[in-house]
Amino acid sequence: MEQNHVAHTDHFDPVASKLGMWLFIFTEILLFGGLFIVYSVYRFKHPVEFHLAAEELNVTIGLINTIILLISSMTVAMSITALQLGNKKLTMILLAVTLVLALVFLVNKYFEWGAKIHHDIYPGSEFLMSLSKGDMLFFGLYFFMTGLHAIHIIVGMVLLAVVFVKVRNGSVNQGRVSLLENGGLYWHLVDLIWIFLFPLFYLIH
Amino acid sequence: MSEHKNHISSYKSQVIVLLSLIVLTVLTVTITSVHLGPFNTAAAMLIASVKATIVLLYFMHLKFDEKIYRFMVALVLAIYVVVIIITFFDNLYRP
Repeated sequence: MEQNHVAHTDHFDPVASKLGMWLFIFTEILLFGGLFIVYSVYRFKHPVEFHLAAEELNVTIGLINTIILLISSMTVAMSITALQLGNKKLTMILLAVTLVLALVFLVNKYFEWGAKIHHDIYPGSEFLMSLSKGDMLFFGLYFFMTGLHAIHIIVGMVLLAVVFVKVRNGSVNQGRVSLLENGGLYWHLVDLIWIFLFPLFYLIH
Repeated sequence: MSEHKNHISSYKSQVIVLLSLIVLTVLTVTITSVHLGPFNTAAAMLIASVKATIVLLYFMHLKFDEKIYRFMVALVLAIYVVVIIITFFDNLYRP
């Protein structure tokens, strides 16, 4: 009787847990989705300016960051496999690799933004204010959307770091992978958003 | 119950998914560097959608998880598409 009681206090439902994560992801999809609509409408109104402004962006650095994010998505997916197979050490290594890749992404972003700011292109700069409305809108959206995405990268890194610690101390383990799975879902969302950001901002020709 | 839940993706399948995503990314860059007019954006968006579907199905495990997740994602994306269509009708027919 007593044993039964103890077993029942341990509430745990992986299906509902993942359902909750998906609900949260939907709010994120609609947040960025709204921004993509704003982008589309303004691009529709200022096609030439958007086209010319996009040529200012560095395709190479964008491509490198895309590939970094794709690889980091794979390492997270692999870390789930590793934990499900009971390989704790490999899980931790793969999570650490993901965090390093995320950091590399942010460093690239820093240099990319740094070059723009160095050329006097940032929201509210005198140079940008002297350009046409379409240019202002393009760079405003560029900084806002890639900035919001970078914030998501940082949040994802914090989340994955928490998961890393919990895998190490054993509270996330082979029998309980939910937190790692949900952290992974968040990380894939960040990748998913970038899949659309990259062609829309860097590849308009 | 735990019988069908326990699908574990193999490392090999994940490498294949990554490689296909990278190939599609390079393809997007190549296609958009050629001048095709408005088709550039259409092609880029089409490829991005294929990539997003691959990420959703394999990395985000929708293909192997309970059907309820797939259903919910499809519903949310359908709502989003409706919002896009309404926004563009508004824009196109505004005096």
